[in-house]
Amino acid sequence: MLGRTAASLYWMSRYVERAENMARLLEVGYRISLMPGAVEGHRDEWQSTLASSACLQSYQAKYGELDGPNVVHFLLFDDDNPSSVTSCLRAARNNGRAVRTALTRDVWESLNSTWNELAQVDPASITADRLPSFLEWIKQKSMAFRGALLGTMLRNDPYYFSQLGNFIERADNTARILDVKYFILLPRPTDVGSDLDAQQWSQILRSVSAHRAYRWFYKDSHYKPWLVSEFLILKEEMPRSLLFASHWVNLALHGLEELYGRRYACHDQAETILTQLRSSKMEDIFQSGLHEFLGKFMADNFVLSQSIAETYHFP
Amino acid sequence: MAFDEMALSGGKVRAPYHKVESWLSQLGSTHVERAIRESEARFRRQGITFAVYGDEKASERLIPFDIIPRIFAAQEWRRLSAGIEQRVRAINMFLHDLYHRQEILRAGRIPIDVIVQNEAFVPEMVGVNPALGIYAHIMGIDIVRVGENDFYVLEDNCRTPSGVSYMLEDRETMMHLFPELFSSHRVAPVENYPAMLHQTLMAVAPASASNDPVIVVLTPGIHNSAFFEHAFLADEMGVELCEGADLFVSDGWLYMRTTQAPRRVDVVYRRIDDAFLDPLSFRPDSSLGVPGILDVYRAGRVTLVNAPGTGVADDKSIYTFMPDIIEFYTGEKPLLNNVPTWRCSSGSDLSYVCEHLAELVVKEVHGSGGYGMLVGPTSSKTQIEDFRAKLLARPANYIAQPTLALSTVPTFVQSGVAPRHVDLRPFVLSSDRVRITPGGLTRVALKEGSLVVNSSQGGGTKDTWVLED
Repeated sequence: MLGRTAASLYWMSRYVERAENMARLLEVGYRISLMPGAVEGHRDEWQSTLASSACLQSYQAKYGELDGPNVVHFLLFDDDNPSSVTSCLRAARNNGRAVRTALTRDVWESLNSTWNELAQVDPASITADRLPSFLEWIKQKSMAFRGALLGTMLRNDPYYFSQLGNFIERADNTARILDVKYFILLPRPTDVGSDLDAQQWSQILRSVSAHRAYRWFYKDSHYKPWLVSEFLILKEEMPRSLLFASHWVNLALHGLEELYGRRYACHDQAETILTQLRSSKMEDIFQSGLHEFLGKFMADNFVLSQSIAETYHFP
Repeated sequence: MAFDEMALSGGKVRAPYHKVESWLSQLGSTHVERAIRESEARFRRQGITFAVYGDEKASERLIPFDIIPRIFAAQEWRRLSAGIEQRVRAINMFLHDLYHRQEILRAGRIPIDVIVQNEAFVPEMVGVNPALGIYAHIMGIDIVRVGENDFYVLEDNCRTPSGVSYMLEDRETMMHLFPELFSSHRVAPVENYPAMLHQTLMAVAPASASNDPVIVVLTPGIHNSAFFEHAFLADEMGVELCEGADLFVSDGWLYMRTTQAPRRVDVVYRRIDDAFLDPLSFRPDSSLGVPGILDVYRAGRVTLVNAPGTGVADDKSIYTFMPDIIEFYTGEKPLLNNVPTWRCSSGSDLSYVCEHLAELVVKEVHGSGGYGMLVGPTSSKTQIEDFRAKLLARPANYIAQPTLALSTVPTFVQSGVAPRHVDLRPFVLSSDRVRITPGGLTRVALKEGSLVVNSSQGGGTKDTWVLED
């Protein structure tokens, strides 16, 4: 397989995952903006939405002032924003188109129809009342894509490279959301462990579609920061947790190792990340600082992604 | 009155169209609308689109597909394909001669200037011996019909002709929409084209290749107007689709960058033009090509399909000599006619053309895609005068032909079914033998009275049938 093909498959999946995460973050921002009263908190929420999607700086450079409709437009439709949903889905489709031969018809058609339908959407028509159903549409499209991929792709290198993109992106997203939200919610280290506004905590879980799962898992309707963090970092049962994503990155790398009969440094790096997560305990993480822990995880994840690109000759 | 391929004047239906005519008369308008909608959705969903250069907003368009097939009887096709085969054999012999002894120039059958001043002539190819002596492995010969037995070759496309994916998808779409038509007709299949292309590419692998040569399709990338076709053919043949950056030359061999060790490449079906193929030999600013690939080719370690320098045989200035070329190499009279052509480089021809601009079609010698041409009878006085100025400024840049009354085939348009002008591009593969797909791509000018069938100018396509005896 061409190195460029591998890279395109990887980025195709990364961008679809990123678009889906963007839709989730916006969903949360939208819910908060509907809450009565907290005008100040509302502003903070848009700021945290932008920060969680790593778009705060580019937004401020373009608009300065935080303003709901502008934020929504910037994150959904702005061509200047490489992380906007439109930019992500365009990049996903262009990558898919370039490697059309490595995809099944179902995977390609799911990408292509998403793009064609999106091209028909007039950004001005997505007013606040239509936003929830539009965000729902994005998530459904992303899930249909993944469904087509899981249901029709041969389990060989095209599959492994797209899985790598998917789960490296997911790990990065979950870590960033947790980092940003936690940082905002807990400005002082002394607050760690205290009972905070359950409403706020539920937003973190919602942004990874895990608020109901949390209740099932912990048999507890009360959101505790400790448990929320544990759920999103260390619980392998939770499909958007760091441990889960790392495990799947390792599975994909292992698949490549079997297929090609070669093991490289990136395999060891991925394994180290997984082993470290498996042996971590929440109390230690909080002890040494959640922010530091997540920062290190994101850096390791980035180094791993670079190493994969180099190993498999991405252009 | 143009020759209509379905119904002769007086309403008598021609034999190949008997059953389709009655099918058509029973087809309800709701059925037609549904079929048209379904075919469009099908093409759109699969991404069978083409890019229109210079039109950013509509950068991906569908080529309109018409659901009424264009039909040839077996007998008609046998005559046509004999003419096509004669022509492509002569073209390959001509190319071999041009890049070796140049007998045809020595014999004075073609003025030497026409060759040496031709930009498409590639001096680096002189003395090179391609596998099996074949230069133009893949050709698309554009043919028009003006009467029951009158066919003309309009153009020989010897560089990187496109459209074969439309031929294949048009057939798929027809079979999907109207399976009943295929049970009532014996239509020669076209679906084995990718397999024939693969055989052709295998047959011209260099001697250094193993029994299982590594073949790739080389594309300029997703922004090229024919990208869909490049991906489609690579997929159908089960070979890698490469961009220039995926290939590199090392120690005199061509390799592709893979996720594992570099892999040697034996045959490149390249869909990029000569000028962009190798920045070391041709345009130095090209980022689409592969530096050094021409040296590997000249050393016989890779086969380029088509060979560099084939464009010299489909240039419009060479076209006028094609009857001589066929006779010179085959010793036979051409089976297919050329359209009479005036070369504006010649003074007497130029003055004739200038006097008759309103009746003629004038084309750029090096142009393609229907850009920069004048169709006299359908142009306004201003358009003709504007064109005259361009023509007089650079006469050698143009040729002129009579406006042919291209045959028509019934076509669905806004107002119902109406005759529209068509041409035909059969696809021809040459290696150890000549393989011709039965039929080819029929392009149809959808505007009433229009003779320009190019997709960039509002043309559509039709499924093309060759009936078996």
